[in-house]
Amino acid sequence: MSVTVAHAEPSVAGVGDYIELMKPRVMSLVVFTAFVGLVLAPVHMHPVMAFTALLCIAVGAGAAGALNMWYDADIDARMARTAARPIPAGRLARGEALAFGLTLAGFSVVVLGLLVNVFAALLLAVTIGFYVGVYTVWLKRWTPQNIVIGGAAGALPPVIGWAAATGGVAIEPLVLFLIVFLWTPPHFWALSLYRADDYARAGVPMLPVIAGAAETRRQILRYTLVLAPVGVAPWLLGYAGALYGIAAVLAGGAMIALAIRVRAEARGYTASKQMFGFSILYLFLLFAMLLVDRMAGGSFAPLWGHLPTGA
Amino acid sequence: MSEHNTDPTPEPGIRLTEQQRRARRARSIAIAISLAVLAVLFYIVTLVKGPGVLERPL
Repeated sequence: MSVTVAHAEPSVAGVGDYIELMKPRVMSLVVFTAFVGLVLAPVHMHPVMAFTALLCIAVGAGAAGALNMWYDADIDARMARTAARPIPAGRLARGEALAFGLTLAGFSVVVLGLLVNVFAALLLAVTIGFYVGVYTVWLKRWTPQNIVIGGAAGALPPVIGWAAATGGVAIEPLVLFLIVFLWTPPHFWALSLYRADDYARAGVPMLPVIAGAAETRRQILRYTLVLAPVGVAPWLLGYAGALYGIAAVLAGGAMIALAIRVRAEARGYTASKQMFGFSILYLFLLFAMLLVDRMAGGSFAPLWGHLPTGA
Repeated sequence: MSEHNTDPTPEPGIRLTEQQRRARRARSIAIAISLAVLAVLFYIVTLVKGPGVLERPL
């Protein structure tokens, strides 16, 4: 009697495919915001420990990206923007992505807990779990509020960076969380305005697909009107100097001006594309200015004096 | 006397193509490098923290 054993075709996935699975561009933003959270913390962290923490956060972000691509392979295949990703392109099997993502997630959390501190590791685990379980599996295909609530996962890295340095949280990283959290909807809705057909084809209920372009443009303006003052908050609360404050006011003003143009745009997506592009620059600028401000060593006086920290 | 067979019987199992073999080798090297980095990282952190490496505050 012969027995036929079914087996998967041996993989041809290269190292580059696995790197792509980790969403390196998203990862770079995660590492940068986490780095700022870590640098702003009021304690000195040994460079080796800081590097270890950032490496774990980067790998954890990569794990979340891989698990997202594992679960979303079906809708990625139906969208022009994502059809060339390793799984829909046929270069990598879903099972490989799942195994890779789970392995990275486990290693990143355990190593961060063993070498840095357990609280930061718990936060990293929550972030990965939230991005995969709450955003990817639950919200993304269910509600147009998907990126509003799911944005919390992308907003947590500066809090993890702070927690890696101090072992706790305080108002400062929570304000950074709020900035990224409020930045996420206008950023992604600007993109989804001119990618609405793509999302509709994939069955993803993004706001323009469900509520239409006009409502999306209104919501972009509303969120931006809240985001701009929150972006100035680190200066108003006294843990960033005037240099940051001026940059945040100017960049926030530019964001509002763009959001007004998006709101007024009757046809075409020129303003939406500009808003999407500038929103990336806006977030980068705010966090970069926090770093510059810190490196300036307090020569640019904060508005109210420094807050007591919760470290 | 039976005739000697010069063709070796193919071994059962999966035969990798050249592309699959190259991809597997590249993945194996990447895993080896990752594990080496992890080992070195644990070593250096132990040097940096000294006996404190056993303390893991929540």
